Parts: sequence; structure tokens; C-alpha cells
Amino acid sequence: MSPQERVPRDSDRDPGLQPERTRLAWRRTTLSATVAAVLAVRAALHGGASAPGIVACALCCALWLGLLTVAHRRIRTLAARASPTPFPPRHATAAALCTVAMAVCGAALVL
Amino acid sequence: MIEFVRNVRLWFAPAEIRQDGRTPDYRFSLANERTFLAWLRTALALIGGGFAVDQFLPDLRWGWRVGLALALLAAGVLCSLRAVNHWVRCERAMRRGEDLPVSRFPAVLSLVVAVVALAMVLVVLVGWEG
Repeated sequence: MSPQERVPRDSDRDPGLQPERTRLAWRRTTLSATVAAVLAVRAALHGGASAPGIVACALCCALWLGLLTVAHRRIRTLAARASPTPFPPRHATAAALCTVAMAVCGAALVL
Repeated sequence: MIEFVRNVRLWFAPAEIRQDGRTPDYRFSLANERTFLAWLRTALALIGGGFAVDQFLPDLRWGWRVGLALALLAAGVLCSLRAVNHWVRCERAMRRGEDLPVSRFPAVLSLVVAVVALAMVLVVLVGWEG
């Protein structure tokens, strides 16, 4: 079982399917982020598009894309090896900060 | 507080965490990652709830609506910051072979959610519209 192997064979596969479960957890997270982003866009553009509304809308879309990028990279890492490398803290921070920034955008929209 | 600042430095310094202790079984790291993601989803749900309160309760008085929305958004912020902090602490504890950190946060969050739910029940029963 060499860690350099690109495509995991069936015999290498973890019987607990941990990488698959982690991949699905990432998918659920991107789905939640999509729901939050759609609600944010609705909040920003509801009742006519104003300049601050459009800026907030674009910002929320960018944050959503940021979270999607982190998820995509992690899913690719998980799929590449039989025993995946640990999740880099910088990416965890990036994902959390995208969420925080979305909430700040929301607070600006609400007020 | 100083401990928290040290943890915040770890959020951005992957090399520093990798020098600590030994790499645990990748399955434990993945389980920790999934817990982090579950907390992140909780945070996203709270943020989505904040947006929903603001938009789908237009009959509520302005103060209540904005207050509730801001409270939910703030809970989302706290939840996501805590998610990454707890993830880093667990990761470090696993590398050093220490006990996993304990936390009051889940209890606090569930109490807050319970109080909000009770308030909602009261609002529906009494029929306040603000």
C-alpha cells in the first residue's frame, strides 16, 4: 500500500469509508453555503437593486466561490490517495473566515 | 485569552502544528475534519436563519426583526470561529497524544437555541405581531 499511488485500489480502501464520508461532509457544507448565499442574494436585491446591494451581492457570491474552491481542492486531495494527507489549517481558517465574512455582509444588509 | 491568541496563530501556521508530536492515524484527522465541517454547517444554518428572519418576517416590528437577525448572524460568526479553533486544538491534542479538549460551547449553543424556540412558541401562542 504505497501512499504515492494515485488511484486507490479496492483492497486499499478503508472499510469505514472515512474519505468518502469526509467528501460527503464537504458536499453538505457547500450545499449549506449555497442556501445561505442564495438567501443573501435575495436579501441584497430584494426591493430594487441599489449600488450597496449589488456590492454586497457580489461579495457574497465571491465568498461562496471561495468556500467552493476550498471544498473542491480538499475533495481532489481526498480522492487522489488511499490515505489522505491531513487538512491544512490555513484552508480550515479560510473556510471559517468565508463564513464569518458572509455573516458580516448579512449584518450590513440587515441594518 | 493568551491561549486563544496562541491558537489563532496556529490557524495560519500549518508548519508549526506539524512539528508538534506525531501524525495521528489519518482516520482520526478525517473524523476531526468532519466535526469541523458539521460546526461550519451549523454556522451557515444560523447565518441563513438570520437572512430568513430579516426577509420572511416583514410584519415583525423593526427592532425585533433586526435584533433577531443580528443575534442569529452573531451566533453564526461565533460558531464558525469556534469551529476552526476547536479543530486546531483537537488536531494538536491528537498529535501530542493528549486528551481531547473539552468545551462548554455545545451546551451554551443548545441552551440558546432552546430559549429561542420557547420564545417562538410563546410568540405563536400569544399571537404577537409587534
